Amino acid sequence: MLRIKCPFCGERDHSEFAYGGDATIQYPALDASADEWHDAVFLRENIRGVQFETWHHANGCRMWLIVERDTMTHEIKSVRPAHDGWAAALDSAEESA
Amino acid sequence: MTAKRLHEGGRIDRDQPLGFTWDGMSFRGYAGDSLASALIANNQTVLGRSFKYHRPRGILSAGVEEPNAWVQLGSGGHEEPNVAATVAELYPGLEAHSPNCWPSLEFDLGAVNDRISSLLVPGFYYKTFMNPPKLWPRYERALRRMAGLGTLPGCADGETYDEQNEQTDVLIVGGGPAGIAAALAASRAGARVILAESDREFGGALLFDSAEIDGLPADHWIAQSLSELRANPRVRVLPRTTIFGYYDHNYLVGLERLTDHLPPDARSGKRQRLWQIRARQVITATGAHERPLVFADNDRPGIMLASAARAYLNRYAVAIGRRPVLFTNNDSAYTTALDLSRAGIGGLTIVDCREDPGDVSSKAIDAGIEVITGAVVAGTRGRKRISQVRVEDVPDAKGRASAATREIDCDCLLVSGGWSPVVHLFSQSGGKLHYDEAQACFIPGESPQAVSAAGAGNGNFSLASCLSDGYANGLSTAESCGYPATSEKPPVTSESHSALQLVPLWSVPSSQSGAKQFVDYFNDVTSSGIALAVREGYESVEHLKRYTTTGMGLEQGKTGNINALAALAAETGAHIPEVGTTTYRPPYTPVTFGALAASRTGDLYRPLRKTPIDSWHEQAGAVFENFGLWRRPQYYPRPDLDMTQTVDAEVGAVRNGIGMVDISTLGKIHLAGPDVAEFLNRLYPNRWDTLQPGRCRYGVMTREDGMVFDDGVVARLDANNYHMTTTTGGAAAVYHWMNDLLQNDWPELQVYMTSITTQWAAVAIAGPRSRAFIQQLSHDIDFSHQAFPFMSVAEGQVCGIPSRVFCVSFTGEDSFEVNVPARYGLALWERLLASGNGNSPVPFGLDAMDLLRMEKGHFIIGRDTDGTATLEDLGLQKLIKLDKPQFLGKRSLQLEEIRRSDRPQLVGLVSSTDRVLPEGGQLVEKFQAGQFQRPEGHVTSSGLSPTLRKPIALAMLNGGLRRIGESLEVYSLGQVYPVTVTSPHFYDPESLRLRQTA
Repeated sequence: MLRIKCPFCGERDHSEFAYGGDATIQYPALDASADEWHDAVFLRENIRGVQFETWHHANGCRMWLIVERDTMTHEIKSVRPAHDGWAAALDSAEESA
Repeated sequence: MTAKRLHEGGRIDRDQPLGFTWDGMSFRGYAGDSLASALIANNQTVLGRSFKYHRPRGILSAGVEEPNAWVQLGSGGHEEPNVAATVAELYPGLEAHSPNCWPSLEFDLGAVNDRISSLLVPGFYYKTFMNPPKLWPRYERALRRMAGLGTLPGCADGETYDEQNEQTDVLIVGGGPAGIAAALAASRAGARVILAESDREFGGALLFDSAEIDGLPADHWIAQSLSELRANPRVRVLPRTTIFGYYDHNYLVGLERLTDHLPPDARSGKRQRLWQIRARQVITATGAHERPLVFADNDRPGIMLASAARAYLNRYAVAIGRRPVLFTNNDSAYTTALDLSRAGIGGLTIVDCREDPGDVSSKAIDAGIEVITGAVVAGTRGRKRISQVRVEDVPDAKGRASAATREIDCDCLLVSGGWSPVVHLFSQSGGKLHYDEAQACFIPGESPQAVSAAGAGNGNFSLASCLSDGYANGLSTAESCGYPATSEKPPVTSESHSALQLVPLWSVPSSQSGAKQFVDYFNDVTSSGIALAVREGYESVEHLKRYTTTGMGLEQGKTGNINALAALAAETGAHIPEVGTTTYRPPYTPVTFGALAASRTGDLYRPLRKTPIDSWHEQAGAVFENFGLWRRPQYYPRPDLDMTQTVDAEVGAVRNGIGMVDISTLGKIHLAGPDVAEFLNRLYPNRWDTLQPGRCRYGVMTREDGMVFDDGVVARLDANNYHMTTTTGGAAAVYHWMNDLLQNDWPELQVYMTSITTQWAAVAIAGPRSRAFIQQLSHDIDFSHQAFPFMSVAEGQVCGIPSRVFCVSFTGEDSFEVNVPARYGLALWERLLASGNGNSPVPFGLDAMDLLRMEKGHFIIGRDTDGTATLEDLGLQKLIKLDKPQFLGKRSLQLEEIRRSDRPQLVGLVSSTDRVLPEGGQLVEKFQAGQFQRPEGHVTSSGLSPTLRKPIALAMLNGGLRRIGESLEVYSLGQVYPVTVTSPHFYDPESLRLRQTA
């Protein structure tokens, strides 16, 4: 049972969040080969160590977050909004505060 | 009589005698007794039969580590299987039963297993009972009965349960000297503290070892410390609370037993409370378990851990026997011998495997105890109770047993093979264990979480080191929470530090062939069983555990695991730390399901969602059906009709006149912003930039893999505002997913979403007369075909209520979905019913809706599809617009595999008989009994069509779109149904009823 520090709401139990998945997936161009598309759609790394993953604060502010988590220790190294515009808005709010 | 109750001493209340029953026999104990201590005091030696060989077994321990004495408690709604007699508190009228023996404890037919034990080696049921295979079910039934532990109570749990969440600075697990000292230190520094203790009393080993702390008898020191802690509002003291699980980010779960110690008729309130604790720091002051020694026939009743005998003597005032022999490899058993001697028990003999035990042995000899050094107990005799031990010289270096033998009569054998710190929680935290060679045990090392171990749980077995270790841990954890240490002094004891002086003795070789040396009492695992498993290749500790089941009993190998590791190490020639331990998993001790469920049972199992019109349905006597969390009317019973006739009448009303249905549960999402059209274009495979204000369009969402995910209608209200509907079950997932796309994938799109599912109530009015009916209810919306054709949306008044009306259809009839603010939902429903001059709409439920949509050939995602269907498979390739620059699943839908023509495709089936086709039935060309046939598809929805008056079904059939007209068979549960493949559109396939003028 993790605790995730939502940048909008503060530290919350992970029961408030829904796990998304790998935050680093890049889909290839539409004319890329079937193999490349197969890999992008279906294959996921099972990382031992630090990975970037998406979490949805579904029972909170409903913002999607990028969480940097160590899969061995569950240590969470960073959390930021997935949406760059919101991340920038948070930064400027912090600066003016 | 061998065991006896002492006339004085102990922590029992002799003024409160309590009657209880054991297997129907009546006995007497005292308040303060455990069930085990009361049974021992009443000379009940055999408490159970072992798991596999059905050997008689007695009590080994005085705590949660008990491997033998698991009993069934109570009866009726208070019955509980699998309780350790050693931790069950005695109460007046307690009923206890022994499990796992048939027909009775004294005369156990299963004991023949002991004679045929060569057949019952590890993995025996794979080896012995596999042939012929068809007999396995019979073997399995018999084996299960023989191996049965507790039995399930025959009725519902009569108790209720509670749960509580808590946060704290420091959680201290264990209320012995180390835990109490830690709590004093941390609380004095100002930290918020929870101190949890499994026992009803705090003190741990101090409950049976006399000592002096801070100049006070231990009892007084405990009382004083507890009152200091209880007086502190930042400290919570939890007796009878076992912290059984250590999860991520210092989240720990515990079970508090609130009323288990009371007679059922005296219990009030909740029985147990589940504690869910988030701690900044955790101290495990969990103590240590004494280990038995491994020698021939080391499981006879009357064989007990030396420390347990001390606990029964000093805490419960029960002398375990009149003529004890002690067998040890370390100093701690001597304390027991001296205490027994002091209690007036003579004829004590200590068998010590060490050549020169030093000071302790001279003290024992001074007390008149015989000490045999350099010797081992190599075997025992006695059936229902041990009667004799065979003492031999310590085996030579090659492990050969010596010939010099001496037989000593006894009525109990008290063993000590050293101590294992209770590292379960520490290990669950992810902590690494170190092997302490001197004390021959695993002790806590480093953990990725904020946890430290203290006292005996940390390998510091003396009282002095428990106190100082506990106090130091309390101070340092408080400090790391931001509370600097105070100047108060740690508690001290006059007792000097004393080491165990242990010499490892993992196994005593047996000179008797065939005698069993038990490693795991619970699952009847012997050292020869482990040797056999190793010979068969199970050399990894995790494999060995699963193959032999060592450590997999109710007590999870608390006493036996390290002996099993040592046996494995000896067989493989490795050192114990190289062998490693198996993974420690929660729960530490058994937990009732009731506590885990807490109040979430019955009506509180999950929330029940009701639509704004629900009260009308209820008053109308609707039969409800749960649909996700929602309840929806299945049909509205009529006095003169049965269920089928009622549903047929509801269908008939829609087909021939007018019906109405509460569709408030549909998911609804408001989309706003300049980029909604572009967003929808990327989200759905069909086109959305051409949708004009005032019009709706049907869309099916596909995932990136091309498979359909959800469907619904999106209405464009004006240039930048859209109203989307989703399926009832998919609403949350769709909203979650669209948020994902907008925030993660397409942050450049300006689209704002709001879930409005519960903001709007919705009623669908359907049937050939619906257009005329709704027109008379509105003055500001023109419902004519020209102004409001199929797939239109308009806002205005219906029945005087502000409404958003969609002309869409799920039934196949002209129909209007009237959405109103939720608070007007009931009013709308009632006004619609009151309109129409006696020809008002007929309410219909989900059953009628299901038949209507099936006749029309509308699929339901998640029922007719299973996550492997594409739009093309569903016959909707016209919704795939590959000329769009991008949409989710575009590339996948062009893959060759996805376009194969023999994929399962949606078809209709018409039954050749009058029998309704079974949903889930498998499609084959011609059923051949006894032959393997690969199914070519399956029935997904089925019913008896009231309109067509024949059984119809939807099915997914390989290459189905090309197979219209074929004759196939549906097979299900021994029945065969001939069918003809048709188009899924049984009713009005051209949709003329939606387009022509009424």
